[in-house]
Amino acid sequence: MNFIDAQLLSLILFVPAIAAVIILFFPDGENKLIRWFAFGASLIPFVLSLVAWFRFDANQPGFQFEESYVWYEAIGSSFHLGVDGLSLTMVLLTTLLTPLAILASFTITDRVKWYMMLFLFLETGMLGVFMALDLLIFFVFWEVGLVPMYFLINQWGSANRNYASLKFLIYTMGGSLGLLLAIQLLGVLFQTFDLVTLYERWNSIDPATPLLGMSVSTVKTVAFWAFAIAFAIKVPIWPFHTWLPDAHTEAPTAGSMLLAGVLLKLGAYGFLRLILPLYPDEARIFAGVLALLATAAIVFGAFASYAQTDFKRLVAYSSVNHMGFVVLGIAAAALAAGTNDANIALNGAILQMFNHGLSAAGMFFLVGVIYERTHTRDLEKFGGLFPLVPVYGGILIFTSMASLGLPGLNGFISEFLVVRGSWPILTVYTVISMLGLLFTGAYILKGIKKVLHGPLNEHWAHGEHRLTEINAREVLVMVPLMALILWIGIWPAWILDVINKAVVTLF
Amino acid sequence: MTTETLMWLIPLPPVLTFALIVLFTNRSKTLSHTLAVGAAFLSLLGSMIVFVSALGVEHLGEHPFESSVNWLPLGESVETYFKIGVLVDPTTAVVLFFVAITIFMIFLYSVGYHNFGQPEGDHDHKGLPPHGATVEEHGHKHAVPSVEPMYSRFFAFLGLFAFGMYVLVLSDNLLTFFVGWEIMGLCSYLLIGFWYAKPSARDAAVKAFMTTRIGDVFMLLGIAYLYYATGTLTFREIFTEEVLHTLATVPSGFLGFSAAGLIGLLLFIGTVGKSAQFPLHVWLPDAMEGPTPVSAMIHAATMVSAGVYAVVRMFPLISLDARTMTIVAFIGAFTAIFAATIAVAQNDIKRVLAYSTISQLGFMIAALGIGAYVAAVFHLITHAFFKALLFLGSGSVIHGMEHGVLHTGNHHVDPQDMFNMGGLRRKMPITFWTFLIGGFALAGFPLITAGFWSKDEIFADAFANGHWAVFITLALAAFMTAFYTMRQITLTFLGEPRTQEAEHAQETPWTMTTPLIILSIFAIAYGWVGIPEDFMGLPLQPNWLHEFVGGTLAEHPETIAFSWIPLLTSLVVALGGLYLGWMTYRSVSSPAEDRFQIPLLKNKYYFDEFYDRAFVKPAYWFAENVVYRFLDQGVIDGILHSFGPATDRLGSIIRNNFDLPVINRFFGDGSAEVTYRAGDKLRAVQTGRIQQYLMLALVVFIAIGAVLYFFLMA
Repeated sequence: MNFIDAQLLSLILFVPAIAAVIILFFPDGENKLIRWFAFGASLIPFVLSLVAWFRFDANQPGFQFEESYVWYEAIGSSFHLGVDGLSLTMVLLTTLLTPLAILASFTITDRVKWYMMLFLFLETGMLGVFMALDLLIFFVFWEVGLVPMYFLINQWGSANRNYASLKFLIYTMGGSLGLLLAIQLLGVLFQTFDLVTLYERWNSIDPATPLLGMSVSTVKTVAFWAFAIAFAIKVPIWPFHTWLPDAHTEAPTAGSMLLAGVLLKLGAYGFLRLILPLYPDEARIFAGVLALLATAAIVFGAFASYAQTDFKRLVAYSSVNHMGFVVLGIAAAALAAGTNDANIALNGAILQMFNHGLSAAGMFFLVGVIYERTHTRDLEKFGGLFPLVPVYGGILIFTSMASLGLPGLNGFISEFLVVRGSWPILTVYTVISMLGLLFTGAYILKGIKKVLHGPLNEHWAHGEHRLTEINAREVLVMVPLMALILWIGIWPAWILDVINKAVVTLF
Repeated sequence: MTTETLMWLIPLPPVLTFALIVLFTNRSKTLSHTLAVGAAFLSLLGSMIVFVSALGVEHLGEHPFESSVNWLPLGESVETYFKIGVLVDPTTAVVLFFVAITIFMIFLYSVGYHNFGQPEGDHDHKGLPPHGATVEEHGHKHAVPSVEPMYSRFFAFLGLFAFGMYVLVLSDNLLTFFVGWEIMGLCSYLLIGFWYAKPSARDAAVKAFMTTRIGDVFMLLGIAYLYYATGTLTFREIFTEEVLHTLATVPSGFLGFSAAGLIGLLLFIGTVGKSAQFPLHVWLPDAMEGPTPVSAMIHAATMVSAGVYAVVRMFPLISLDARTMTIVAFIGAFTAIFAATIAVAQNDIKRVLAYSTISQLGFMIAALGIGAYVAAVFHLITHAFFKALLFLGSGSVIHGMEHGVLHTGNHHVDPQDMFNMGGLRRKMPITFWTFLIGGFALAGFPLITAGFWSKDEIFADAFANGHWAVFITLALAAFMTAFYTMRQITLTFLGEPRTQEAEHAQETPWTMTTPLIILSIFAIAYGWVGIPEDFMGLPLQPNWLHEFVGGTLAEHPETIAFSWIPLLTSLVVALGGLYLGWMTYRSVSSPAEDRFQIPLLKNKYYFDEFYDRAFVKPAYWFAENVVYRFLDQGVIDGILHSFGPATDRLGSIIRNNFDLPVINRFFGDGSAEVTYRAGDKLRAVQTGRIQQYLMLALVVFIAIGAVLYFFLMA
């Protein structure tokens, strides 16, 4: 047990990668074995992160389960891991969604071995970003996550996959160029990439001393934007969002689940972990811009979603809409750091990240379930399917309602907290964002209306096209998501307590 | 068990039923409805116990039953946690009373309405109303009503609906109030669209959800603002003197409203949506697409009452700002008369009732707007009883007519069109008498019915406080109400049957008629609890309802001195309207003879068409063409896609202007050329003769030696 205690985070981080390497040695045709092995292996980090969750002491400020190893001494970078309430929540989300995504991919028959390996590598990449306390390590994992996702879209995606995967890869890489430069800048200035040290030293620089021949505020502003654009693309904030509908739509079902569930959170996490603590002044100065773009994401995301005729694209655009609330909360917090309103807004933003992870993953999976059976995503080709698939219909309505933000389910709590927190700080933007909230209803109901309701499309009722009900494995994917959606909606204290304490001590 | 514990438990049975039916018992119709009706009964029982305990407490307004727990951890200490809890003050108690009774009646009624015990339909589909079944009896076949294919699901949704209402009524804070509010929004969506395979039902469901959601997003803003301004959403913490004083004096920065005024207005917009007030009234008539018990549920027991209850609940705050109150009064009064004019021209028995609901809700809102708190609560309760009665009664009529339709087999006859009815009083006596009681209560038939007393109280209040515009508007609306109610009763029940189907209509089973009888008792007797103390100068008991409900407010509302003018007005409009309605319609037998079939009224002032053209279609057009095609695909992706060719062009510029000429031709090809030429020239030297090589070596050696000597020695 001592080993586990001391290396808890490393274990969570590397078990998936090790499992992926082991899968490499499996014989090619053993699809069933590979699937179950991958699923089992992905459960280990989940169990371990539950252990971390229960051992985590929310009352203690700072990072916990810290580990630090020598890595690249010459430039002052060490392999430093640690979590606080913010990152632990995200780690839990990741380790929960990955097994579900793997379980969702049991129908994949094409190159199962490589597919599963990529998924496990992807998990390590994502977890690394959330755990890293060293900027260089952060960047390494940031990029590591891209590669498996690129191949997942490019190799297992649908028709337009080449375009989508290229757009995804180039866009994100383009954004991270600035990030890398800004990280280098910090490294050059302080001879360390350690985040905990940087938190203290970066903000205690005397503003009068020039840095690299420029004033401190100029350097900081440039570095701020370098960070901000990288994260803005990942979130994505309007107008950097157009890679998202393409990538989400073309990715295989499980890929979309993780894209929406976790990968988008990396951007928002970047804002919370790096931008707010490292650039509080710049964040405050530019919070107005951020809020404007967040509102644009909320409103235009909802409208664009409403305009879709492709079910998966509709869900994809809903992510733009929902992540807008995360950014709105962050903008409000940046503008009024330290106030109670800011705390509420941040609580809302972080909870919204978790909540969106649950509902978006669920929605993409449900789209996948029907796509697998009908081989179409065109909303006009469905219609009146409810009597054929009552269980699926019930689950779809439930998950849609979570996405819509129905009170009693999780999304409402976080959206309410964001609205409450940003109302006094960004009143006008909050009011405008209500238009987005209204149209959230419009596109969600449109989805249900076109798929489940209305006269039955007889094509799916008979013969070989007959639509089959959601099966037990698929229900099993949805059950944990739905249970959490309901649980957080009714009794959010267990998770909000951890988030709240992190917010209070961190910002 | 303490009363507080019981209050926590009241909402639970229906929601447990929902879960149980959805997860386990949905295949068994008997088990599902037993669970649901049993749950509704348990909640009714709990509510009655709480109600009775509330009656026994002196000064319940100051010391209500309350209990709360920490819910959301926010901020630095336990004090800043967000708390949720339950609260029963006098207003809650009386509201709980009518909610519990009407909900239970609707549950019971639904068993009969959905033809429990009847055979499965011959060709019924899930998602469509049952079409009837053929049975063989004594050697000949005949058609009988068939059981609803989604019977269990209906009770599950109904349970969730009831849960939402109980949560809302019992909440001690605005957030859980809103939770219940929205759960009902969902249930109304699910139940209006219960027969989802009908496009009209499906569209009506979406319309209901979206229209009420317009109000809800404003309400959410109001809640956020209130939470920010006061640091709490708990009613009793907001309704303290200093908090209210602060809210009334702090400016909101919006058109000169005080904070209280703006919050009140935002919350009121939520009510406008939920209670279907102008201009968000359009969803309620379409909500008739749902099964009739749902109409009763939405129109009486739960949803629209919740909207009025929200204003009642927030009255101490909303009443702080005179301008907000004026807006409330105006919207209410306008809606009252506006909807009444539409109701006159409708032929669908349920649609008439739908518009009458909108109009009656306008009465309550107007009453609240002029500060007549107790009168509004009174009318809310009496209306819930008689409107539930009327809807269930209309459902019974439709059911009876459907029986006739099954008998004749002519499915083109609309069993809801009143012009297809007539003379049903003999065929369906219980339905007739109870409907008559409900109709007279709606019309405000003097002295006997509950509707008279509550409406009279609104008139008296408006008159006593000099709100002339409201008084006259509402009097006119009341006149029209009596008129169209009598039109409805005359067309439906009086005269002779106008169709074969009406001829063969049949009284409905006891599960449907029992709720009618019980509700009709309340539609009469509930009025007696609110008879003014000095009515017509008689020495009567103090007005119980006024004393009890008035205790909710910090300042007990004054009793209004009796005056003959509002009473006479009330008498004239009610009796006059009823008489004129009967006179006009007793001889009318087809829409052509009806003088009030004015297209403008019949088409509801074209609001649906107007909204469709002005908002719905443009919104979709904007979404599709501007946001998606123009912004995303055109501008943003256009810029992104230009990066590809731009990089490409940059690449070719570099290649054609630098790589090719400079690197390739000059350095690359150039150096090759130089080497080649040099080699070519030097080839001459490579003769292959050893003497020449040695000679050359010697020359070079000497030359190098000379150079070295020159540089090093010199």
